[in-house]
Amino acid sequence: MSELSSSPPLLQVDDLIVRYPVKKGLLQPRKHVHAVNGVSFTVRRGETLALVGESGCGKTTVGRSIMRLVRPSSGAIRVDGIDVASLSRRQLKPYRRKIQMVFQDPYASLNPRMTAGEIIGEPLGNFGIAHGADRESRIMSLLERVGLGRSHFHRYPHEFSGGQRQRLGIARALAVEPSLIVGDEPLSALDVSVQAQIVNLLDHLQQEFGLSYLFIAHDLAVVQQISHRVAVMYLGRIVEIGETADIFRAPIHPYTQALLAAVPLPDPRKRRTIEPLRGEVPSPISPPSGCAFHPRCPLAEDRCRREVPRAQEFQAGHFAACHVMARNNQYAALQPVTA
Amino acid sequence: MIPSSPTLPLSEPDTVLEVRDLQVQFETIDGVAPVLEGLSYKLHAGETLAIVGESGCGKTIGALSLLRLAPSPPARITGGAILLNGRDILTLPEEDMRGIRGNDIAMIFQEPMTALNPVLTIGHQIVEPLMLHKRLSRAAAWERAVEMLRLVEIPEPERRVKEYPHQLSGGMRQRAMIAMALACGPKVLVADEPTTALDVTIQAQILALMADLKRRIGTAILLITHDLAVVAQTADRVVVMYAGRVVEDASVFELFENPRHPYTRGLLASIPKLSDGNERQKLEGIPGSVPPVGARPPGCTFAPRCTLAIDACRQSVPALDSVSPTHKVACWAVMDKTSKKELERAIV
Ligand SMILES: Nc1ncnc2c1ncn2[C@@H]1O[C@H](COP(=O)(O)OP(=O)(O)OP(=O)(O)O)[C@@H](O)[C@H]1O
Ligand SMILES: Nc1ncnc2c1ncn2[C@@H]1O[C@H](COP(=O)(O)OP(=O)(O)OP(=O)(O)O)[C@@H](O)[C@H]1O
Ligand code: SF4
Ligand SMILES: [Mg+2]
Ligand SMILES: [Mg+2]
Repeated sequence: MSELSSSPPLLQVDDLIVRYPVKKGLLQPRKHVHAVNGVSFTVRRGETLALVGESGCGKTTVGRSIMRLVRPSSGAIRVDGIDVASLSRRQLKPYRRKIQMVFQDPYASLNPRMTAGEIIGEPLGNFGIAHGADRESRIMSLLERVGLGRSHFHRYPHEFSGGQRQRLGIARALAVEPSLIVGDEPLSALDVSVQAQIVNLLDHLQQEFGLSYLFIAHDLAVVQQISHRVAVMYLGRIVEIGETADIFRAPIHPYTQALLAAVPLPDPRKRRTIEPLRGEVPSPISPPSGCAFHPRCPLAEDRCRREVPRAQEFQAGHFAACHVMARNNQYAALQPVTA
Repeated sequence: MIPSSPTLPLSEPDTVLEVRDLQVQFETIDGVAPVLEGLSYKLHAGETLAIVGESGCGKTIGALSLLRLAPSPPARITGGAILLNGRDILTLPEEDMRGIRGNDIAMIFQEPMTALNPVLTIGHQIVEPLMLHKRLSRAAAWERAVEMLRLVEIPEPERRVKEYPHQLSGGMRQRAMIAMALACGPKVLVADEPTTALDVTIQAQILALMADLKRRIGTAILLITHDLAVVAQTADRVVVMYAGRVVEDASVFELFENPRHPYTRGLLASIPKLSDGNERQKLEGIPGSVPPVGARPPGCTFAPRCTLAIDACRQSVPALDSVSPTHKVACWAVMDKTSKKELERAIV
């Protein structure tokens, strides 16, 4: 997918494949969970890319690969044009500062033996960013910015509510002034009012410091509000990617359409039964042939069962991978053929 | 104007669970701090009651108290009653509680990783309560566990049932816990943020599953959630909490169409909505933040952030008062207006 600017994007993920081995029985062939099956995307400086998709489709695995917390089976992850797999232990340190993650499960990701102040202060110490009174005042100000206040400084994670822990994770990620934050459902435990405050804070930091976000989320109303572009994943692959407005106004892939149709409305007079996707959620160990969505797709035809659809551009910057939709694609027909 | 509420029958259905003036405090070396200061609500058979409120206001502590699982120390229940079918469970011996947990009252915990045992397989954890409460044989219980995982849309349940929590995605762990809670067919299901890790299609499926339980065996559901769309779609009644107290209690229609408490209004105004246009809507949230436990102001705890606050608000705590047969609110300013309007009407 084309990049307009000449400088390399902040983050470039290229054909990422991640497999987890599955425990096998005696005499059984070795099997794998194909968690991520060839994912490519970029995040530019100052950009927010949202990653959405069915539970279990591989979003967290993408995030953890970027953090070097899981080893990809193949593919490349480049930050400022540098392949992070090639970095030595020493070279890794500045990289780790540049990219921070807010974890999906806040409790499991916070050291239970450290106070909130120590948790936020630790990365400041590790990277030698601030010392003594300076460090303390920074921690206090971070706590306040995420709506926690000074009284939480000496508290341990188990003394926080779910949403408070999540905000602690956000404060820790912000502490070292990273260039990119990988947020794995970072707002899911917040009520809408606190959520609005945090969204405004993240927005403000983006305006001021050009911070980038890779934002994994299920709440599509929030996604629409905060992201510039959206990538939709299904069973280890990106099936659609494009500008937020385009995705929401004219979703192309049948899975994206099903997803948007299932968004519940905050109005008790507009209750409706949401048609569930028919068929079973497919197995990532033996993914369906061809288009992985075909067993559940209302449009599926023969070709979908045989051939993996490739991403096609439907509008400038709006790509989707679907055989049937591609056939009716006017835009592609107009584009000059390139090698 | 009182909107009609078609789902509420005229006669009051059976109250399965009643929380009456529940008081919980934290006792630490720093001192004693109240968390819940008089939480009261009723839950009827076959009803979904949603509890919403600002992060940190005491929803989880209140839910854990129903099972007597609030971490103690530091939490201590200092007053009130929790009546399960009329029986105060706060006075029961611990042994009786074990029979209630997972069987009469089941809970979906807010953070799956804290509730699931990392060294036991998912299946093992679903099977255990089935054997204990339902006296199923091991084989039958395993069969049921696989069936439950299938119902919560976990692919290849036969294999997943043998996996450990860390091998599952965040949303699968949440669904495994839901499977565990639903397995025994509880009379009361306490669901603390049950769908936060789920995409909207699977969320819809899970909510349908809970509705089915309600229809089939009359399970009463206490749904704690930040997702106001889920509340609008599934709840019969809504309790709004702020800093350890109930500030509003209304039928779902009255709450969305005629919210009275200034906090509820602020909350509803903060809902991000899908728009068809491309302009990004800016959400403000409610300025300020909820006071920490131990530093709550006297009077109405919302007063420091409230634009309607009058003197009375800073002096004494407003009581939960009826503004309609199915709508109660605790706010001096609202009550002030109502009484004024009533006075005007009386004079005319
Ligand atoms: N063990 C503890 N010791 C001291 N304070 C605690 C402890 N556990 C919780 N708290 C405090 O009690 C208050 C209520 O917590 P609770 O978990 O019930 O909030 P909640 O309404 O569920 O919030 P959320 O929506 O963020 O999950 C919070 O302000 C929290 O900081
Ligand atoms: N450590 C692991 N070992 C084995 N399998 C794993 C491991 N971590 C994840 N998986 C599997 O990889 C697949 C993708 O998981 P991942 O956590 O990336 O999904 P996700 O998109 O983040 O889902 P959710 O929205 O539910 O959090 C799932 O099938 C999951 O069971
Ligand atoms: S490629 Fe075929 S099966 Fe896949 S989404 Fe398109 S129509 Fe459906
Ligand atoms: Mg995940
Ligand atoms: Mg909670």
